[in-house]
Amino acid sequence: MGDWKTITVPVLSSDSKNIFQYTSERKRSPTSMNSQVLRLPLPSSKNMHSFFSAFCTEENIEQSISYIDRELTTLGFPSIYAESKGKELNLISIINCINELLALQHKNLRAQEEVEMQHLKLGSDMDHLQNCYAKLKEQLELSKREIVGLQERDRQLQSKNRNLHQLLKNEKDEVQKLQNIISSRATQYNHDMKRKEREYNKLKDRLRQLVMNKKDKKIAMEVLNYVGRADGKRGAWRTDKTEARNEEEMYKVLLSDYEQRQKQLLVENAELKKVLQQMKKEIISLLPPQKQKPKERSEDGLVLSDLEEDIGELNKENMWELSCETVREQLTNSIRKQWRMLKNHVEKLDNQVSRGHSGAWNEKDVISREDHELETEKLELEIQQCKEMIKTQQQLLQQQLTCDDETTLLLQDCYLLEERERLQEEWRLFQEQKKNFEKERRSFTEAAIRLGLERKAFEEDRGMWLKQQFLSMTADCKHSENVTTPSAFLRSSDQDNWLVKSTSQQRKPPSVLNGSVSAEPCQTSQYITHNSVESKKIAGDSMPNLWVESDDKEETGECTKSWEDSGVGTLLCRNLHMEQLP
Amino acid sequence: MYKRGIVQVWSLEQPDWHCKIDEGSAGLVASCWSPDGRHILNTTEFHCSLSLCQLRITVWSLCTKSVSYIKYPKACQQGVVFTKDGRYMAVAERRDCKDFISIFVCSNWQLLRHFDTETQDLFGIEWAPNGCVLAAWDSCLEYKLLLYSLDGRLLSSYRAYEWPLGIKSVAWSPSSQFLAIGSFDEKVRILNHVTWKKITEFEHPATIASKKTIVYKEVEKSPSVETERLSFPPTKALASSLFSTQSKYEISQVPVSLQYIKPVADRANPKVGVGMLAFSADNCFLATKNDSIPNAVWVWDIRRLKLLVVLEQLCPIQGFQWDPRQPRLALCTGTSRVFLWSPAGCVAVQVPGEGDFQIVSLSWHSSGDSMVLLSKDNCCVCYLEREEVK
Repeated sequence: MGDWKTITVPVLSSDSKNIFQYTSERKRSPTSMNSQVLRLPLPSSKNMHSFFSAFCTEENIEQSISYIDRELTTLGFPSIYAESKGKELNLISIINCINELLALQHKNLRAQEEVEMQHLKLGSDMDHLQNCYAKLKEQLELSKREIVGLQERDRQLQSKNRNLHQLLKNEKDEVQKLQNIISSRATQYNHDMKRKEREYNKLKDRLRQLVMNKKDKKIAMEVLNYVGRADGKRGAWRTDKTEARNEEEMYKVLLSDYEQRQKQLLVENAELKKVLQQMKKEIISLLPPQKQKPKERSEDGLVLSDLEEDIGELNKENMWELSCETVREQLTNSIRKQWRMLKNHVEKLDNQVSRGHSGAWNEKDVISREDHELETEKLELEIQQCKEMIKTQQQLLQQQLTCDDETTLLLQDCYLLEERERLQEEWRLFQEQKKNFEKERRSFTEAAIRLGLERKAFEEDRGMWLKQQFLSMTADCKHSENVTTPSAFLRSSDQDNWLVKSTSQQRKPPSVLNGSVSAEPCQTSQYITHNSVESKKIAGDSMPNLWVESDDKEETGECTKSWEDSGVGTLLCRNLHMEQLP
Repeated sequence: MYKRGIVQVWSLEQPDWHCKIDEGSAGLVASCWSPDGRHILNTTEFHCSLSLCQLRITVWSLCTKSVSYIKYPKACQQGVVFTKDGRYMAVAERRDCKDFISIFVCSNWQLLRHFDTETQDLFGIEWAPNGCVLAAWDSCLEYKLLLYSLDGRLLSSYRAYEWPLGIKSVAWSPSSQFLAIGSFDEKVRILNHVTWKKITEFEHPATIASKKTIVYKEVEKSPSVETERLSFPPTKALASSLFSTQSKYEISQVPVSLQYIKPVADRANPKVGVGMLAFSADNCFLATKNDSIPNAVWVWDIRRLKLLVVLEQLCPIQGFQWDPRQPRLALCTGTSRVFLWSPAGCVAVQVPGEGDFQIVSLSWHSSGDSMVLLSKDNCCVCYLEREEVK
């Protein structure tokens, strides 16, 4: 770039409040023009015009243009000349350059704003940090002072502690000293005591010697009656043998005592071992069963197999009643192991309970707290419902039992009415049936009467025909159908007789018949049956059977006729006879 | 008759048999029977020109005309003790300011063992009821108890503490399982026979706070006199009943504070510590008396090692003894009443009689049906009705 010189510019016309700042000198570039140009800072808005007029005047247009062109090219913009060395200006490029310069200006302004913003921010941050710093310094001061105070207290307490320790040590030393004093005095006293005892013995002896009477030396005993020894034996001389025997007896006594004690201890030992074994078994049974995760299962399995081995061993050994060290140790160790396992198990359970663990455990025995609570809620609801039901039922019962008299009467009346209506209906039905039955009976009786009449007529005809036949037959031949005809004749005669009898019966007044209805029909029926039996006996042909049936029919017709007045009660008999009809 | 040096013996079965032993002016110190009832052991002061003056035990035999001598016995509280079966006798001796124990065979009075003890001043010895262990203890200046086997070996020694006053009384349990030691610090320590180590100690405080202890208190009741029945001159029975007071037991509510007598500090042989100990015959109870609470008897349950009952009397206890057959304790307080305690309850029994009969000591018969009550000049035999067990 070219150098710049600070050149004073002649005072501009009009506004002379321009402040021109000459900033720097620049070297002219070799290609620079000889014209002197100024570089001026951005002027204030007032002096825009003057500034603009200051740079380019009518005299130096070309120079300024060339200057501008040079500047622009150095800044990287395209030349404003149309051609490289011509004087015609390329307007388009000028406008472009202006636009770009404006854009550049905007960018620079923005950059400047940003920088100012940052500057402000940093300033405020700095203020903030300075405040914090001041506060922290204050706090630091305070805590330092506190520390000093606490240290002071700590020192005081420690010194007190040391004093107390010292006192304690002093007391202990004193106690020790006193004890030493006591022990030394005790030994001194003992020594003195012994000395005095010896002196005393000596003195006593001398005194006795002085005072003693020689006569009293003889001490004798006379025994008038000897008392027998307690065990009845005689006294024995004192010899070595007796001494040895004494020793022997003494040792025997001691040995027997020891043996007794040992027996007691053995018994106790055995009992304790038994108790331990039982305890071990119970502990094993208390431990959780084997249905758990495979890891634990394997562990339990191993342990249990060990246990089983142990149990087996110990059982065997107890049977032999060994009491050696190893067995004892084994037993105690196994019990300790089991106890530890049980303890762990119990601790685990405690933890579970405290944590309220749920979900992951699939153990049947373990119910999570939530499930448990749900169940309890459900159960409570059920209980409430049941209680309500019971209450309502009780209320209903009470209503039934203890309602007002009116209502009870009403209720009872209702029930009675219901029943009455029912019974009435049934009565109606019954009456209808009765009427129907009556009708039927009447029709049947009429039919029976007609039948009877027809039969009568038929019999008469038959009788006539038979007579004629007989007459003809006897006239013609004598041997054929002898058997049947006379019987038939006999029967017909019988029937005639019977018919006569029944008609005679009919003539009796009906009232009399009423009373004796039951008896006479029976008799007649008996008679009829007897008759039929007889007739059956007489002839085994179908013909007499027919007659028998017809006899029955007739009879029934007559019977029913006579029974009509007796009423409903004899319906049954009628029914029986009805059955006989085909 | 100690002063005159004469011992007189009578026979209970043959009233005209009589024996008199004259020791002369030798000075009779003590006399006792041997367990077989045929020998009398007199402890006399013996002297001869050559030897120093000391004591000698003369064993007079009533069946043979033989006399045996035992030299240097010690005149202590319990210097001569016999085993329960009467086979062996232990004598405490002191020679040249050293203590020894000699064990003799009672059948022929032969010396079996002789050994020294590590005591300063042997105060007492006692055989265990099984006859195999001998307990020896030092004087109250030193707490030391030594246990020797029958053949003279030292089995164990026990020392609870060093300087304060030591053992006051010792008692074996009838099964020889326990040894109770009562000491001047108002405690009883119980040793077991297997390890000879302390298993527990019983304290005797002046205030009883435990709820499980029953405290029986003797309460005096003057009988109510119906003035209408008074007659003149008053009959004997009436007179005695008027002026004699009856007493009965009442149960005091826990906590109870007993009458504590503070011992005088600067006198010798202070009235403090457990001075009386006795085990019951069935090994279940131990009766103790703390001399600083002289009106109370403490009964401990040995099976549970706990204080069971405290009997508080109106006067200081003179003595107590267990029934040899049942767990029944009889005690006397110097009044004319004897008191009985058993686990079923306790009762105060008035000795009928004119005037005061102040019971100083009592002794049960070996059958447990009767006991002898002794006062200063008189003695009275008390019969107990036995309940028939169906």
